[in-house]
Parts: sequence; C-alpha cells; structure tokens
Amino acid sequence: MAGPSGPLSGMAASSDGPGSASQIARAVRSGQRSAVDVVDEHLTRIAEREPGLHAFNTVLADEARAAAVRVDGVVATGGDPGPLAGVPVAVKDNLCTRGIPTTCSSRILEHWVPPYDATVVSRLTASGAVVVGKTNLDEFAMGSSTENSAFGPTRNPHDPTRVPGGSSGGSAAAVAAGFAPLALGSDTGGSIRQPAALCGVVGAKPTYGMVSRYGLIAFASSLDQVGPLAATVGDAALLLEVIAGHDPADSTSISDPVVDLQTAVDEGVDGLRVGVVTELAEGADADVAARLDEAVKALEAAGAKVDEASVPAATHGLAAYYLLAPAEASSNLARYDGVRYGLRVDGSDVSDMNHLTRTAGFGNEVKRRIMLGTYALSAGYYDAYYGQAQRVRTLIIRDFEAAYADHDLLLSPTAPTTAFALGAKTDDPLTMYLSDVCTIPSNLAGHPAVSVPYGTGDDGMPVGVQVLAPALGEYAMFRAAGALERSRG
Amino acid sequence: MTTATDGWETVVGLEVHCELATATKLFCGCPNAFGDEPNTNVCPVCLGLPGSLPVLNRQAVELAMRVGTALHSEVRPSVFARKNYFYPDMPKDYQVSQYDQPLNAGGWLDLPDGTRIGVTRAHMEEDTGKSTHVGGSGRIQGANHSLVDYNRAGVPLVEIVSEPDIRSAEQAQAYVNELRAILVATGASDARMEEGSLRIDANVSVRRVDATEFGTRAEIKNLNSVRSLRRAVDHERARQVALVEDGGRVVQETRHWNEDHGATSSMRSKEEAFDYRYFPEPDLVPLDPGPVWISAVAGGLPSLPAARRAALAAKAGVAPADVALVVEQGLDRLVDAAINGGADPRLALARAANEVAADLAAGLVLDPAAFTDLLRMESERRVTPTQAKAVLAELLANGGDPVEIAADHGFEALADDALEAAVDAVVSAHPSQWERYAGGDQKLSGFFVGKVMAATDGRADGRAVTVALRARLP
Amino acid sequence: MTEPISRQDVAHVAALARLRLTDDELDRFTLQLGAVLDHAADVAPLDTAGVPPTAHPLPLVNVLRDDTVVAGLERDEVLSQAPAVEDGRFRVPRILGEAP
Repeated sequence: MAGPSGPLSGMAASSDGPGSASQIARAVRSGQRSAVDVVDEHLTRIAEREPGLHAFNTVLADEARAAAVRVDGVVATGGDPGPLAGVPVAVKDNLCTRGIPTTCSSRILEHWVPPYDATVVSRLTASGAVVVGKTNLDEFAMGSSTENSAFGPTRNPHDPTRVPGGSSGGSAAAVAAGFAPLALGSDTGGSIRQPAALCGVVGAKPTYGMVSRYGLIAFASSLDQVGPLAATVGDAALLLEVIAGHDPADSTSISDPVVDLQTAVDEGVDGLRVGVVTELAEGADADVAARLDEAVKALEAAGAKVDEASVPAATHGLAAYYLLAPAEASSNLARYDGVRYGLRVDGSDVSDMNHLTRTAGFGNEVKRRIMLGTYALSAGYYDAYYGQAQRVRTLIIRDFEAAYADHDLLLSPTAPTTAFALGAKTDDPLTMYLSDVCTIPSNLAGHPAVSVPYGTGDDGMPVGVQVLAPALGEYAMFRAAGALERSRG
Repeated sequence: MTTATDGWETVVGLEVHCELATATKLFCGCPNAFGDEPNTNVCPVCLGLPGSLPVLNRQAVELAMRVGTALHSEVRPSVFARKNYFYPDMPKDYQVSQYDQPLNAGGWLDLPDGTRIGVTRAHMEEDTGKSTHVGGSGRIQGANHSLVDYNRAGVPLVEIVSEPDIRSAEQAQAYVNELRAILVATGASDARMEEGSLRIDANVSVRRVDATEFGTRAEIKNLNSVRSLRRAVDHERARQVALVEDGGRVVQETRHWNEDHGATSSMRSKEEAFDYRYFPEPDLVPLDPGPVWISAVAGGLPSLPAARRAALAAKAGVAPADVALVVEQGLDRLVDAAINGGADPRLALARAANEVAADLAAGLVLDPAAFTDLLRMESERRVTPTQAKAVLAELLANGGDPVEIAADHGFEALADDALEAAVDAVVSAHPSQWERYAGGDQKLSGFFVGKVMAATDGRADGRAVTVALRARLP
Repeated sequence: MTEPISRQDVAHVAALARLRLTDDELDRFTLQLGAVLDHAADVAPLDTAGVPPTAHPLPLVNVLRDDTVVAGLERDEVLSQAPAVEDGRFRVPRILGEAP
C-alpha cells in the first residue's frame, strides 16, 4: 500500500489546489464543475481504497449523490448553495445524522437511527456540503488509535500496518486518503489533533463553546469540542467558519461572532510572539523534536519572535484528565440501558437487563473508563480524585494565563511519536493514554489548538506540530498554521 | 402542638416535590401537560437521546424563586448537579438537580396556629417519567413487566425540604396545607395531589420526650394525599415506638406506605448499593439571578396566606387559626368585602367556610355585594338561617339579587305571633315530651325545634324557637 | 493519597455502573485501573489549598430560554427505536425496587 511518497503525495498541498474544498466550492458555485461529478470522483476513490483502510462505518453513496443533485439544482436555477457547495465531507460517527445510523463505533448503538441532526450537520447541509459517510472512531471517542472500535480498526493510509491515531482516526484517514477534502471530528483530549498529526493532515480543536455540541454524542461534556480536519490549513479554516457560531440549543455555546479565519491563513506571522512549551516538548521522540525545531526556525524566518515558555501544571494534565473525563463519561454513558433505544439483551428483571445489555454492548476501554469515572466520583474518593483534578484544572488555566501574558501563541509537538503499529499499545492502557500528553492541556483549559503536518519522522511517517492559543485566539492560531504550511512548500 | 402522652415525641421532616406551572419542561420546549397520550410530549432532550443537551427554562427559575421568596429563603447563585442512579423512568439514568448549591437556602413557614417550621432548602430539579405495572395486582411488586411514558420526564420541580421541626401528624398535615396555599398563591403550582403535581416524602423518627438527640429516621414514600400523610405518620410513629419499647432498633431505610393496609413496609428488595456520585452538570452553566431579578420577584409577590390570615383575623376580631380555611380557599377577599359592607364578621366567616367553600369554583366568582346583602338579611332576621342557605345556594348556582330570590321563594321570617302560635301547637301536641323537657331533659330541645321547623316549612328561626320554648318553661 | 484500588472496589464500581465482570476481568481491570490511578496520584501532593475547582472552562452564567412550546418528536418515530413497545409506551422487564 501507499507509502509517504505514493499516491498520497498527489494530494492538494495548498488551499487553492484542484482538490481543495475551497476550489471545489468555487467551481461548483460558478457552474464550472457539477457537484455530482465531484461526489462521484470521491466515491470512486472510496470504493478503491476503503476496503483496506476502514475509514468509514457507513458510506452514504446514494444519499451523497442525491444531495449533490440538489446542490447542482440550486446552481442551475441561479441560486447559491453556500460556501461548501458540492464539497464532500466525512462526518465522525458520534455526530447525529437524522435517518442515518449513528453508532459511536459501539455495539450498544449499532442499529440506532437518530431522529435529529446535530447542529454542525445541519450547518454543513445548509452550506451546500455533501456528507459522504460516517467515519470510524474509538468506541465513544475513547482512545488514541481507533483500535477500540467495535467494528474493527481504521488503518493509516500512509502505512496500513499502523494506526491512524484516534479517536477521530476514521476522519483523519478519510482526509489523508482523499476520500473527502474535509471531515468533522471531535476532540476531548486530542482526538482531532493527534490523528491529524499521525495521518499528515490539519486538525483543529476550537475554543470550548465556539462550535455547538448539540448532537455530538457526549464523552466528557466539559472537554468535548467538534472541529475540522482538512488537507490544508485554509480548508480547515473554511470548515470551522461554517460550523462555528452560537447555538441556542447548547447552553455552553458562546455568542462571540465568528471571525474571518481564512484571511488569517494568508496573513503571515510578522510580529507574533510564540513560546515553545518546555514541558510538552521534552517527552517527544528525537525525530519529532527535530521537526519542531524546524518549525520554530520557519516561524522565526517568517517574522515571528520565538522563545521558550513554561506551563508547569501542564505536566499534571494527563493525570487530571484521566480522572475528569472518565467521571463525566461514567454519567454520560449511563443512559445506554436497553430501555429506549439501541441494544437490549433481555434479562429476568430490568436491572438484570441493564447489566446484560451494558456488559455485552460496551467494549473493554469504555468499561475501564466508566469504572474509573465511577470510582473517581464515588463517596469517599470524590475530593481526593475528582475534586483535586478540578483544582489542578484551575492551576493549568492559571499557568497558561501566565504564559500568554507575554506570548500570543504557544508551540509543541502534537504527539510524542509518529503513528505506531496496530496492536502495539492495546494491552497497556496507560501507555496508550500517553499519546495525548501534549494535546490534553488545551482541552482542560478550553483553549483552541491546531495540528499542522510538518514533515516526517525517521520512519517516514507524518509528524504534526501543534499551535496553541488562548481562548478565542483562533485568528492568530490560523496565522501561524498558515505560515507553517507555506514553509513546507 | 399535640403533646405525646406515652412519653414519646414524634419528629417529622417533610420533602415536598412540587411541579411548577410552566408551559414547557425544565430543559426543553415540550409541553408541561398532565393527562396527554403517552410519549407524545417528548423530544431528544427529555428522552435523553444521545447528543441532546439541556437549556434552562427562565419561567421555571422565576417560579422557583417565587417559592423561595415566599418561604423567606435566601435566593442565591446555584449550580445544577447530576444525581446518578439507574431507573427506567429516568431517561438519562441521572437526574439533573441541585445539590450543594441550591437556588433557595434556608427559610421558614408559619402555620396558622403560629408554629414556625424551618425550611432547609427549596431547590430545582427535573421530574421523572411514569411507569405502569402490568400483570399481578398492577402494583410494582408481583408485576410481570412495566411500561414507561416519558411525558412527565423533565417537568420542572421544586423540592421543598423542611427542617425536622414537625412534631405530630396533625402538624405535618397543617404544614402541607399551608405550603399548598403558598404554592397556589404565588402562582408557582396548582399543587394538585390527585394529579401528582404535589408529592410528599416524610422522614419520621421518635424519641423520648426528654431526649436531645434525634432518633433514627425512616423515610416514607407513596403518600398520595394529605390524609395518607397523616395516617402514615401516626402508623410509623406507633411502629417505631413499639419496636423500640420491645428492645428493637429503628433502621434508617425507605418505607412504602400502603393505603389499603394502612401500614408502611420496607422497600429494600435486595442488596443494592446507592451512591449518587453528585457532580456539577457540565451541560449547564451556573445560575446567578442577581439582585435585580431577586427584588423584582420579591416585589411582584402577592399577599401570602400568613399575612392574609393576620389581616382578616384582625378585622373579624377572631384568632388567625379561625380564618385559616377561608384564606386557604382564597375566599378571604369575599369575606373582607362583606365585613366592609357591614355584614357580621363571624356569620360571614361561617357561611364562607361552609356553604361557599363547598362550591368553591362558584364561590371564587360570587358577587361580594349580593353575599353581603344576604348576610345582612340573615342577621336582621329577615330570613332564617335555613332560608339564607337556600338563597346562597341559588346565588352560587345562578347569581342574582338575594332579596328577589328570597321573595320568589316566599322566604320571609315568620311573624312573631305566627311563631308563638306554632310553638304552642307543637307543645300541646306532644305533652309527654314537653313534660320531660320541662323536667330538665335538654336533649328534647332539638325535638321541639325540629317539629316547629317542620310545621312552618322551615320559615321559623331556630334560635327564636329556642327562646320561645324556654319562655314556656315553668 | 488513598489505598490502591482493590478487587472489591472494582466489583463495587462495576455494580454501580451496571456492568458484570468475570473473575478474570475483575483481576485484569483491577490491575489496569490501579496503574491509571497510580499515575493520577501524581496530582495528590500538589498544594491546591485555596484553589477553586474548575467545573467548566467557560465563564458563562444564566443561559436561559423562554417558556415557549416547541414541536417535539412524533411518537411513532421515537418508539421505532425502542427495543420493546406496548400501548404507546416503552416496555421493560419487571422492576424489582421502587425509585430511591
């Protein structure tokens, strides 16, 4: 299968390339290309490579063609289908799609068909985008390799013996394989950025509250955020602009206006103050660290002022995260009880039925986290575990504030390593959790961060560099992301 | 307060769940309605579908604040929390409630007899759905299976928790009646127990009258009426006293009140651990009403039962407890108008508490002027009490002018000489009874009054007949 | 900060979460949860006296909606996803205890 110099190298490298979302939308809106043709090209590519990758739980060929026909109809009658006219988008299978199975890659929701669309899905459709499929993920987004899917792992398009990262591994693989120029993921502790890095695509986690969570099946509500994956920084900005904005159905949605992120991509970094986070950089493999150094030099060359920054409490992020996220998850996943929807395994009484259903319906990682979270919240342990983790969260926010007092942005590796082999970490949950050590602090703080592809490691696999920003700092963040992308040519 | 005579004191604290009278549910736009077809008032939010999120209903907060303000609570910044436990009528398998930071903290309520009962808190939470049990007796025990309707799931509740200040079943009943009057007066709820919009759990314990520590309490559920509450507290008190006097010990547990058997029974079906694992609800943000909203609610609050009782009692020259029923039924404005119009206060209270309250819907729209005129006719003996009641019934049914109604029925008090003649006739017709009455058997007074009333088609005034009878005694 | 998680603790939380574990799973989960909690114990010695907990990264308060009825879901669509239905309601096996 394709290595780093295989067919993937033909992928769009700039925002304006022929395969980019912005180029497709422009061509479809102007009538130069038909949406149906665009969708068919992508469906063909999916038909060729999907069997070896398993990026999707569901490919929506008929629905996508029908949507493309509608888009073309709007263009034909002189209308404007919107900024994503005819652009194929892959949607993570933890985002509700009306009438289309939404499984979270879990047996417990295997046959569930939601009666409503997630707000982000409605916004995609309203902007003319065409949903081509629902992508695979670690069950309920719990994992860093997409191996925890009940329906089998997704493989890395750059080397199918390796994982794509996770939990949005299906979305990252779909973009990397050219199945769609855009994908939606969700990021609770790095689930967009880490697979983006491992698959060599761009992935952004927005400020908490910028994108509606309505219809995103919850993992850890105070950390979850929907965001874009794309082949280019410009496309990621375009998709984020479409899905961002206040939603009255989400109480944690912020009402700040959406800024023009696409402008930021081309603005350059002249005068920006960037700090490399010492605590997050030090655990990385040598090849990953080398790419980070190159990124620093590139930003300096582009006019940014780069130095070191310290976020001491970030070293405790992983520990705090693995108490907070499971605690919220243990409650969020209680509703899968076999009563109203999804799997039911019959039992002698309702409690027995609940036990049998949940025992059969959840995989081991989900069970581990439910039990961990139940324990962290239980009487007698709340203060020592959950309470202390919440206070550490405050410390991390304070340390970030201090770092941002004299920096506009921070920089770190996205993940400490490149993509690892399938099965390499499945027996050791704690080692797997360490994949998220650089991405977790942004979730705890509610801050935005983006992973930008930055060359390859010694094994030829993609490396990602993470740009971190303070809350609502997306504009500066996309300036730096754009500059990094250009510096790789 | 009723004092125990057996050396034991009853200690009761009540948890009252009250559905708030909003148009929609607490966290979604589904109708808050009783009695609709099952599962027709549901949406992704109140069904707890994956991905759905709650948004707080402003009016529910407003009504909960009114309740708290009326109970003299401190209305404070609050945080919703999740109470985690599995139950099929709870769509998310957690209940969104308020835990360590309730909206209304502290407060009190004064009973009509002046006893002050402390309020611990009055917090907001969502209601559960409703299970129907199929097979067996239709009860949960012995049923074959159950059916769940989520129309009620997510309906806004305020849970009012009292301090353990209540000392008898009667006082528990008075507390609930008073609380209901407050809930209705503030417009927070219709407080209909028969529709389940008011539900009560009672924490009951007993202790020796000279004890300073509380005894171990049992929590009693399934109290569907004020009468059940009263019976259950009495029963539970007796059970606990008997248990302890027998050398046993009360266990802290939840007990189920069985209305048919008139007894409580333990609800523990098997060893099941409960640990609610409360934590702040991450899908909602904190609630901080702030001084402007809080004072607007306080300023908009109507006059409450305790104040209305005090005002009416002062005006009528009676004790507050004597006007409690009239105030509870919302008839105090009618009585007040009648007293202002020159009616006898005690007569106005008596007619309002009995005849008018018996037809409350009509009573609440009864023309105060007509009511006042009728009361004056009765006081001035222009109609007898029996006739006055008949006219009042007509007024409640159809309205009109009491003078005309009385005339239409030929009601006018019997002339004095006609009454004397009727009394003479009855006395001479029943010589043996008269002999006993004259000999001091007061019980026969009623016999003679009844005979005179019958002979005059009810036109005689009972009191006048009594006076006439006494005048004939040797 | 606290005792390491015991096999009994794991059995207890599994019961609270309505999960059944085999003896082998109980052994394995006890080890795995112990390792994660051991790592989490790193946060225990941090001096957090006077540090307020963060439940939420946003400074929002009072997000409220108007008390206006919004159309919900059709019952048929809702019940079409249910494992068992009877009389317009969700059917469940018998319930052994009343709600706590």
